[in-house]
Amino acid sequence: MTTVTTPVRSRPRIPGRSLAWHVICVAIGLVLLYPLLWLFTASLKSGTEILSNLSPIPKVFTPGNYSKAADGISGLTLWRLFGNSLLLACLAVAGNVISCSLAAYAFARLRFCARGLYFSVMIATLMLPMHVMLIPQYVIYQKLGFLGTYLPLVIPKFLATEAFFVFLIVQFIRSLPRELDEAAVLDGCGPYRTFWYIILPLLKPALVTTTIFSFISAWNDFFSQLIYLTDPKMYTLQLGLRLFVDQTDSSAYGPMFAMSVIALLPVLLFFLAFQRLLVEGVQTSGLKG
Amino acid sequence: MAQATAPPRPMPRPSGGTSAAEPPPRRRRSQAVAGHVFLAPWLIGAVVLTLGPMLISLYLSFTDYDLFSRPHWVGLANYRYMFEDDKFLTSAKVTLKFVLIGGPLKLAAALGVALLLNRARTGVGLYRAAFYAPSLLGASVSVALVWRSLFATGGLTDRTTSFFGWHVGGLTDNPDYAMYPLVLLTVWQFGAPMVIFLAGLKQIPKELYESAALDGAGRLRTFFSITLPMLSPVLFFNLVMEIIHSFQSFTSAFVISGGTGGPSNSTLFYSLYLYQQAFTNFHMGYAAAMAWLLLAVIAVVTYAAFRSARLWVFYGQDDA
Repeated sequence: MTTVTTPVRSRPRIPGRSLAWHVICVAIGLVLLYPLLWLFTASLKSGTEILSNLSPIPKVFTPGNYSKAADGISGLTLWRLFGNSLLLACLAVAGNVISCSLAAYAFARLRFCARGLYFSVMIATLMLPMHVMLIPQYVIYQKLGFLGTYLPLVIPKFLATEAFFVFLIVQFIRSLPRELDEAAVLDGCGPYRTFWYIILPLLKPALVTTTIFSFISAWNDFFSQLIYLTDPKMYTLQLGLRLFVDQTDSSAYGPMFAMSVIALLPVLLFFLAFQRLLVEGVQTSGLKG
Repeated sequence: MAQATAPPRPMPRPSGGTSAAEPPPRRRRSQAVAGHVFLAPWLIGAVVLTLGPMLISLYLSFTDYDLFSRPHWVGLANYRYMFEDDKFLTSAKVTLKFVLIGGPLKLAAALGVALLLNRARTGVGLYRAAFYAPSLLGASVSVALVWRSLFATGGLTDRTTSFFGWHVGGLTDNPDYAMYPLVLLTVWQFGAPMVIFLAGLKQIPKELYESAALDGAGRLRTFFSITLPMLSPVLFFNLVMEIIHSFQSFTSAFVISGGTGGPSNSTLFYSLYLYQQAFTNFHMGYAAAMAWLLLAVIAVVTYAAFRSARLWVFYGQDDA
């Protein structure tokens, strides 16, 4: 226990208060984590038991849900769905990291007359609802014959359309001491080598944050996948899960929740591994999860 | 968004010599070239995927377009039809209700828990992380499926409420209540604004609290006279972000209602209806008009928020 006190310092310390505070926090935590706990235990229950048995402990322990989930749905195995999701998420990460760091460097360090205008446009797109671009984008991809491929989901990431990440990296570069660039210039580096040898190595923390958030948002994405992925072979976990919704048979519930658990696992692992960075990322940039 | 900021020009450095302060013309030209090289992906994206499509969808909003035949100019007919389209009016009402109930509840929860966590005690980091976790998971299909089962007829809430003598059935099956599980789902994700509030609370100078305590201000007084005004910029930021996000909610309503927005259109969010019009009915022109109306509404609400901010957001003394 540290000795730093609560913001209102003059109040005398009451011994029971710390305990009461912990009780309240744990209670909030339990309420918040209850749906996740419910999901996990439901994934181990039999289909008929999921709705009827309110106790978290399964009456009939059914790990078979997971092997059924592995068999997949509608002829799509879990591993195909998982692999497709993983591929898309990794491509999204690569696209965002490359294109956003390039753009951010230009915004933060290079000086040219149109920069102010471009920057205003970039900031304005932060708040733009994607619906305004949705239909023409769909038409463009259709005309190009890209429907039913991953291209409509991947191309935007390589073109730095997620302005949040550009902004995040711009803010980070601005915090780096300019003397480094100046030293590089004196040593004869142009903008390209300055970026490659000086800025990029220092960008690591910002790029890690970008990676985590890109991965999670691409993994959880549903809307664009729903629109653009028409071939079941290319379906992702999120779309595969959605197929379960149409099945009314309660025997599908167990495998459905088993697959839901598996779909949450990568996000949970990212969260456990990087929770400090994630929370700091939200604090510094106002990024939403 | 007109006043939204060119980056502050880097001030010429007082020391450090001539090198970076004002580059010679040749270097400036090379910087202009390099700038466009680095920005090339973003520029292409901005023109081909953002600005271009915006203009095209504005044009399409004045047409009748089904994706397969050529767009047919109909003037303002799409916009006029909105006011006769009952389903559209319902979806606008449903979305507004969701924004007005879910947004404040979520921010209140975020602020309340942030105040609770704003102290130096062991375990704060753990609680903060645990409370934040739902924000990362809430948008997924998995969680929407959990909600669907929890609030279905015969599910957990049905049995609990029945036990207490309120036989309401599954909330998601009842048009009067189907919205509330979705509201609960958004409140469940209060962690992200909470973390931003916590960062804001850390910025409030301790001296203010000390002098308030010296002046004998109580807890409530301190909150309303110090914490809330000092936190108002952060509250404002969260409010604007929350409005923009919740106007666009889609996945949870889609999954829980099985894509219909039912029962009786009670969860037909604006985005969901737009999706149905565009990709089920192929009324692309109408959907484009809906998208532009959404943009206009978001822009007006954001502008109003910025205007009203002058009255209630406290950015520190200007005269200092």
